[in-house]
Amino acid sequence: MKVAVLRFPGSNCDQDCLRTLRDSFGEKAEPVWHKDTSVTGFDAIIVPGGFSYGDYLRCGAIARYSPVMRAVADEAARGTPVLGICNGFQILCEAGLLPGALVRNRGLHFICRQTHLRLENNTSPFTRAGSIGQILRVPIAHGEGCYFADEETLRALEDRNRIAFRYCDADGAVTAAANPNGSLGNIAGILNEAGNVLGMMPHPERACEERLGSADGRLVFESLLGTALAATL
Amino acid sequence: MKEPAITDAIIAKHGITPEEYARIRGILGRDPNFTELGIFSVMWSEHCSYKNSRPELKKFPVTGERILVKAGEENAGVLDVGDGWAVAFKIESHNHPSAIEPFQGAATGVGGIIRDIFTMGARPVFLLDSLRFGPINQNVPGSAANRHLLSGVVSGIAHYGNCIGLPTVGGETWFDETYAGNPLVNVFCLGVLRHEQIARGAAKGVGNPVFYVGAETGRDGLAGAAFASRELTEESKEDRPAVQVGDPFREKLLLEACLELLASGCVAGIQDMGAAGLTCSTCETASRGGSGIDVDLDLVPKREDGMTPYEILLSESQERMLVIVNKGQEDSVREIFEKWDLPYAQIGRVTDDGIMRIRAGGQVVAEIPASSLTDQAPVYHREAAPWVPPAPLDPASVPAIDNTDALLRLLSHPTLARKRWIWEQYDHMVRNGAVVGPGSDAAVFLARECGKLLAASVDGNGLITRLDPREGGRRCVAEAARNLACSGAVPLGATDNLNFGNPHKPEIFRQLRDSVEGMAEACRAFDTPVTGGNVSLYNENPTGPIDPTPVVAMVGLIEDEAHITRQSFRGPGDDVWLLGERTAGLDGSQFLLILHGRKEGRPPQTDLAAEVALQSALRDAIRAGLIRSAHDCAEGGIAVALAESAISGPELVGAEVDLPDDGRRDDESLFHEAPGRILVSSGRNQSAALEKHFADRGIPARRVGTTGGSHLVIRVRKADYRWPLGRLHSAWDKSLGDLMDTVAEPLAAH
Repeated sequence: MKVAVLRFPGSNCDQDCLRTLRDSFGEKAEPVWHKDTSVTGFDAIIVPGGFSYGDYLRCGAIARYSPVMRAVADEAARGTPVLGICNGFQILCEAGLLPGALVRNRGLHFICRQTHLRLENNTSPFTRAGSIGQILRVPIAHGEGCYFADEETLRALEDRNRIAFRYCDADGAVTAAANPNGSLGNIAGILNEAGNVLGMMPHPERACEERLGSADGRLVFESLLGTALAATL
Repeated sequence: MKEPAITDAIIAKHGITPEEYARIRGILGRDPNFTELGIFSVMWSEHCSYKNSRPELKKFPVTGERILVKAGEENAGVLDVGDGWAVAFKIESHNHPSAIEPFQGAATGVGGIIRDIFTMGARPVFLLDSLRFGPINQNVPGSAANRHLLSGVVSGIAHYGNCIGLPTVGGETWFDETYAGNPLVNVFCLGVLRHEQIARGAAKGVGNPVFYVGAETGRDGLAGAAFASRELTEESKEDRPAVQVGDPFREKLLLEACLELLASGCVAGIQDMGAAGLTCSTCETASRGGSGIDVDLDLVPKREDGMTPYEILLSESQERMLVIVNKGQEDSVREIFEKWDLPYAQIGRVTDDGIMRIRAGGQVVAEIPASSLTDQAPVYHREAAPWVPPAPLDPASVPAIDNTDALLRLLSHPTLARKRWIWEQYDHMVRNGAVVGPGSDAAVFLARECGKLLAASVDGNGLITRLDPREGGRRCVAEAARNLACSGAVPLGATDNLNFGNPHKPEIFRQLRDSVEGMAEACRAFDTPVTGGNVSLYNENPTGPIDPTPVVAMVGLIEDEAHITRQSFRGPGDDVWLLGERTAGLDGSQFLLILHGRKEGRPPQTDLAAEVALQSALRDAIRAGLIRSAHDCAEGGIAVALAESAISGPELVGAEVDLPDDGRRDDESLFHEAPGRILVSSGRNQSAALEKHFADRGIPARRVGTTGGSHLVIRVRKADYRWPLGRLHSAWDKSLGDLMDTVAEPLAAH
């Protein structure tokens, strides 16, 4: 599998994504500069976390105008899996590839901690290696990760099985106490209509080694690998 | 443009004494003009010249097998960590700016220390912070202001570090009335590099072009270095323009561009513009290169019109660098700056006459021998008051209190409580290296660039230093080394931050001198050379000086991942051992301060030889696989250490412990702070091996109990103290957040 990891000015999880793919999974991964106008020849595209353009405006609001984002939209339309993590999720929302918005955390603080996620969809290219209700331990690190959308959008996400992950407690209960940032419906990650674009606030690339506290994030990358493999058969 | 004439009042306003002025006249052979006076005032400020502390700093050991760049040579020292890899690290303070504007003050402190590290050619990989604030408990007068400072400083550090993508993986935070209105904000940064990547801040190669890159110069932070070299007064708020505004996004671009630039081989020298901005970077590079430098201020990218040469030279606008480029490679340099969308300009060239020559509007506006600014600054041997050792505490003067309740109160006091409210605001996981993150004795970080496991700890104890400066100096170094040993690391080197009051006061200078001597003695004992650091003097508020607070950050190496050891008990059924048998009174303890409101007594003394032996024996035991957890007994004594081991892991693990009868009172046995003690746990089947291991090395080791159960039980003589783990955990875990988040108070606008 060959994965593109976008690099915007201010991206800071691009290296972590590249290293994780290369070192933990032995896959090919290449950085793609935001000024590039094409992103072809990859089996998947990752929009990594960070503070693109400092996030001084709304998070992701400037990055969406980078030349590479038009190419990403084309690839997404063609069915290439696109994974936005944290700031990448925010960018995908700003770019209109995913619905809704990420707003300031309920408690107003930036929060970096381990969270538990309940897997809600196991048909997407990012989650197919899992089972519904499976509990994953994956950390978050964001100041603006509170998922917000209007009721109609939320209903569409629910009805069409487009919620990939919800924050839950260690036993899998989706409760207010387990919601770190006030996201509607405890939403931690959502899919686009076609199911090939995933945005998630938690960082799966930080949860691929037990020594870092969890290896549960591997599921996302293993699913992608399985998808890429299936596509070549 | 017309510059003000030089009058006695203007000289005094620049903090220059009549003797210093005479010295300037001697150097120039004439009177300086206004711009030149400004240049001398910042370069000869304590912040840049260390004129009051330099003779003391010379007492630190600075050499060692691993030293690649020595203290004082460059922006940061560099140490070999093996296999051709090295680490550059340093700690720096931003106390005064943070007192005035906590958010930007702390943020720009982070920015400054990060620039010091990547200026060396190193990729910064993690941060630590050491913070001090006044009391934040609601019943204390003035606590709202202290909460405001804490909140602002933490969000400022988070803002900068998170944005740039550097994890803050550890630190320490204390609260005491001595820091009310004068918080301490010391930030440490470490970077990794290959030996051959070490960059120098020297202007070499006559005719080489000098480039300016980074943020445009504005009027912010005018003469901040001079500002930081004064006491804080009621009027200090009017100095707010002396506090800079940080732009971490710009710094991230600058960082990436500079590392790319250094890798390109185009760079002859590089220096950040920190304190004293363009002035300091130009004269320092010229002085180090043994060359001169000729700069035209008209070419400097500026944020606003009408800035005078004085303002441009003294501006401390952030996120700027000076780069000396190898002649002929200008185009490659331009290409990199343009890729990263950074403002840049070629502003001058390297000359051979040793003069820092500044032009503006077609005229020479300043002409000063570069080395006179850096090497001929005055050096003061201040007067030290004689030391009168404090009287030992009379135990009878300490009324007995409920010791069960005392432990809960200690654990919930902000100084000892869990700092989760702080470190959850820091992205401590980015770069995927925090193998042991915030909240253990030392942070352990896997630097992915080189595969090395680095351990780091930052420590300081203002209370002990106030009572006994020499012991305070020894203590912070010994504690940092002990924290590294507890995590399984071999210490390599240290960086110091000396936070003191006004050194013109003999009492303060004595504190500075004695604690530096104590630190130096300890650094020699642990064979950890000092690779550089920072001096912050004039830390005073209207009620007086702060308690002297030397802080040391120590860096170590863990040879094998299997050696990584944490402070928390691993599970039930292990033996609990106390290594290093010492007893003491409550002199200088947090128990005496927090529960009895007294800063008194003669602190128990660090026995350096015993410490070195203890720590080395512990490391050997870890290597031999005998140790399941290790925790330093420090603030709050053995009772707090036991509680932390029980409640700081992923699972709560109780313990039942019998403390030996040391012939003292229960509160002394539980809470005294004699240094040189480590609490470890070990598998039961390894008891004999462990006993022999320490006996062979002459280290007192006593099996004091076993882990397990839902309580912490400590028996002292006839008493039987017990605490449900849930209560200990909740007191320790929740108090800081409860204090900070439940109080509705408006934050100052950022």
